[in-house]
Amino acid sequence: MTGLTLLFDVLIPGLKIAAVILYPMTMVIVMIWMERRVVAFIQGRLGPNRVGFQGILQPVADAMKLFFKEDIIPRQADRFLFNLAPVLVMVSSLLAFCFIPLGESFEIKGYAIELWIAQSPVGLLLVLGLSSIGVFGIIFGGWASNSKYPLMGALRSVVQVLSYEIPLGMTALTVVFFSRSMDLVAIVNNQKDAKVWFGFLLPASFLVFWISGIAETNRAPFDLPEAESELVAGYHTEYSGMKFAFFYIAEYAHMVLVSSLVVILFFGGWLPPFPNVKALAFLHGLPGFAWYLIKIMFFLYLYIWIRGTLPRYRFDVLIKLVWKWLIPLAVLNFVIVALAWYLL
Amino acid sequence: MAFQEIALNMGPQHPSTHGVLRLKLNVDNEVVRALEPVIGYLHRGMEKLWESQTYVQIIPLTDRLDYLAALSNNLAYVLAVEKLMGLEIPKRAQYIRVILVELQRLASHLAWLGFMANDVGAMSVLLYSFEDREDILDIFEAYVGARLTVHGMRIGGVPFDLDDRVIGMIRGALDGLPKKIADIEKLLNDNRIWLHRTRGVGAISRDDALAFGLTGPTLRATGVAWDIRRDIPYSSYEDFDFDVPVRHNGDVNDRYLVRMDEIRQSLRIVRQALDRLPDGEHLVKVPRSLKIPPGEVFHTIEAPKGELGFYIKSNGTDKPERVKMKSPSFINLQSLERMSKGNLFSDVVGILGSLDIVLGEIDK
Repeated sequence: MTGLTLLFDVLIPGLKIAAVILYPMTMVIVMIWMERRVVAFIQGRLGPNRVGFQGILQPVADAMKLFFKEDIIPRQADRFLFNLAPVLVMVSSLLAFCFIPLGESFEIKGYAIELWIAQSPVGLLLVLGLSSIGVFGIIFGGWASNSKYPLMGALRSVVQVLSYEIPLGMTALTVVFFSRSMDLVAIVNNQKDAKVWFGFLLPASFLVFWISGIAETNRAPFDLPEAESELVAGYHTEYSGMKFAFFYIAEYAHMVLVSSLVVILFFGGWLPPFPNVKALAFLHGLPGFAWYLIKIMFFLYLYIWIRGTLPRYRFDVLIKLVWKWLIPLAVLNFVIVALAWYLL
Repeated sequence: MAFQEIALNMGPQHPSTHGVLRLKLNVDNEVVRALEPVIGYLHRGMEKLWESQTYVQIIPLTDRLDYLAALSNNLAYVLAVEKLMGLEIPKRAQYIRVILVELQRLASHLAWLGFMANDVGAMSVLLYSFEDREDILDIFEAYVGARLTVHGMRIGGVPFDLDDRVIGMIRGALDGLPKKIADIEKLLNDNRIWLHRTRGVGAISRDDALAFGLTGPTLRATGVAWDIRRDIPYSSYEDFDFDVPVRHNGDVNDRYLVRMDEIRQSLRIVRQALDRLPDGEHLVKVPRSLKIPPGEVFHTIEAPKGELGFYIKSNGTDKPERVKMKSPSFINLQSLERMSKGNLFSDVVGILGSLDIVLGEIDK
């Protein structure tokens, strides 16, 4: 019996720690491939379809190429910060995945296995906090490069991420009103008990959160920090090789993280849809993890769809959008939800 | 906190300077305080080179000026030479020239649309408009065999008659393009982000535009209805019924709208020219070693980018003594500083895109 306990106590946490690194990485590979293929189809091209089945191994091949590339550090760069920046960006977005529940817990021989590493009563706060540490990586990267384009990219990024974090936090709080907890697992379980996903109760919260989430990840149409047509590649212009790959991977990991948050906060995480409809009970046959994957894939697809469709915002309009529209909307939404919660 | 003005070099290696243009910018945070275009990175000494080439040999070299509208350059040069010789061109050749040049205008405007949209971040439009442009390049390929640097004009006419296959392809493109262009317009015209990026951006007044000597769609977007095709007709343009699209704000959005309207007008002209294509010769015989009596001439046409003119001075030999080119991009680029000053840094890219410059034509 002790052998089995040892197995569960050592092996399972070990596997989970490996999974928290491997899972975002796998998603990043799938996402990079999907992005290139889907954007290609939107634009009437084929996209990468040579390496592996339908080109699925193209991101791996790209990563291999970057791995063997020369690592250039500009002579005038601040070496310490220059090297720290990609690490910071990468670590912050991977670390946040510790708190993301991927599915419901299940038991093997009386031993409960949970599909998350850490369950914290302030999980939501921690995830938001960790994901915004990434902006330090962007600032350091832009500043340490000692070059003008990265600096301007970094400046834009700071303003953008700081501004969009306000509506992001405000709308996340409305969910906390309903769930009475900042624990991400509890939030999902609350949606199970309520038999309704919070996204349908709080459509305004969801919309503002999702828009802010796109801006937070510096994606089109809010991809100003790395606006190709003006700033070349923005804050990572001077990076090459694996350090560039770190920024690249972190951006995609961040997208997966934000999509996961949207799914957990507003669309029931791993819960199957239509819990009340008897005729659709067969939907419960799929494991929770599959439902979670399907849902985040939908939001990741939205990212790509938007990128293939819309032009890029200009900086002043972007800031106007958040301060004149999203923040007042988020505050109003917050007050209404609070009043509703108090009165009902 | 006060920001220090910093000098920023855009280009010559930069994703959106349309070739090898260098912009010296002074930016105060994001606001442009001063801007100076630095040109000459693509200088090939064209005008000097022409002095050592015969009149006929110069034609393919003009392809490389505005390489997105090779046929228009061909036509401007060929018309100038013919004017100098006093050569009369058969009606059929004139009509075929009009068809080719208007198709070239379509190709040029579609390429511009793609670059412009890409500059403001709508990257799919680039692929869509290039796919549409492909239809026209296919026609050129079927007609003369080249797609980009089309050597499609001769002194005295056009190299080939239009055969049924080419006419069929042109009719096919005429039928397909309006729908395709409408699809692209659906993506952009009412798009809020597109309007934010273009409306009121890079505006120039009518008087300034005239003072700068702007021509082409950039001028017509400021409310000046000046189109050489209509006002000083050449190559039988007086036979065709078309409108000169004009807008009045002079901003990036108006330049976009003017060009989109011009695309429709060009389709109209091509359709009329095809329907009324007269019989006759497509080329008059000119002597192989072409000696032109001494004299000088200047002739302009309405190229896709604006007024394209050639000044040719002949000294009686088979080579010109001097050729000078009035390139629309060169003149239009001068107004970039006026349009960009006080605007945001990101708008410079959009404004530059809206001017539709080609460095091959500027640097010569």
